[in-house]
Amino acid sequence: MQDFFAMGGYGFYVWGSVGVTAALMILEPVLVRRRRQSLLQRLRRSRDRVRMRSHKKQDTMENTPAKVEHETQT
Amino acid sequence: MSINWFKYASPVSFYPLAGRLIPWFVVVTVVLLFIGLYLGFFVAPTDYQQGEAYRIMFVHVPAAWMSMFIYLVMAAYAGLGLIFNTRLSSMMATALAPTGAMFTFLALWTGALWGKPMWGAWWVWDARLTSELILLFLYLGFMSLQAAIDDPRRAARASALLALVGAVNVPIIYFSVKWWNTLHQGASISFDKAPSMATTMLVAMLIMAVAFWTYTIAVVLQRVRCEILERERHSDWVIALVQEKQA
Repeated sequence: MQDFFAMGGYGFYVWGSVGVTAALMILEPVLVRRRRQSLLQRLRRSRDRVRMRSHKKQDTMENTPAKVEHETQT
Repeated sequence: MSINWFKYASPVSFYPLAGRLIPWFVVVTVVLLFIGLYLGFFVAPTDYQQGEAYRIMFVHVPAAWMSMFIYLVMAAYAGLGLIFNTRLSSMMATALAPTGAMFTFLALWTGALWGKPMWGAWWVWDARLTSELILLFLYLGFMSLQAAIDDPRRAARASALLALVGAVNVPIIYFSVKWWNTLHQGASISFDKAPSMATTMLVAMLIMAVAFWTYTIAVVLQRVRCEILERERHSDWVIALVQEKQA
């Protein structure tokens, strides 16, 4: 076992290569997954905002165009 | 029987297809990585010249191959997007770039860790290494150009040009060990002569290469799905999809 990790004296080089490769190949899918989740969350939120605004509009009909414009920007 | 390939050129039908394919590629990747690493680290014999250090090859060569292959595939997609103005091709090119850049970095990193014990230097400015470094800059340039232009269609066109012009670099990398005197050893696999390494080494390396391929397909498909959702977020089908997901 000790021999296996020593790699005939090249342990640092061999495990440094394999380790960084493994780390990046684990990190990348995790980052893509996170991007997807935050994206879906954002899409859901913006959809809810659109819905609420259309409800508000129907209720009051007093929204000035300037105000609506401001809301879409935030 | 004819299959309508163009059907899958549209994001609406490609999105669910990609979603169904990803789990299969993940499973194949994990299985192949286990087999490849087992063969490479427990079965393959010690090299008579390089001792155990040669085992870096099992990650270095597949990473270097992928760095070049992905670039060609990316340039091809970018070119298709440029010619036919298909949205999905440009999105594929965008999705491939980060993975390609990662493998290029890994090829350089593992190469440095292999070069130090074998050549006595982390880095030398020879043809192979320098052209591979240029490849990394091409990937980074492609990504930052896209990030710098707000309009996605203009970004796709500008970066497609960069990708196509940069494709010249790939054959230079590949043949650099033949064309110039270099410290870097020759091609690990060549088509015109018998393999120069033990069969188990070769098999382990090829299995690792296939695993890196399937890994790339899985990651890139998931990333292109993000890309599709982002760019098509105002379309009816994405809104319906988000609706459905929450229910």
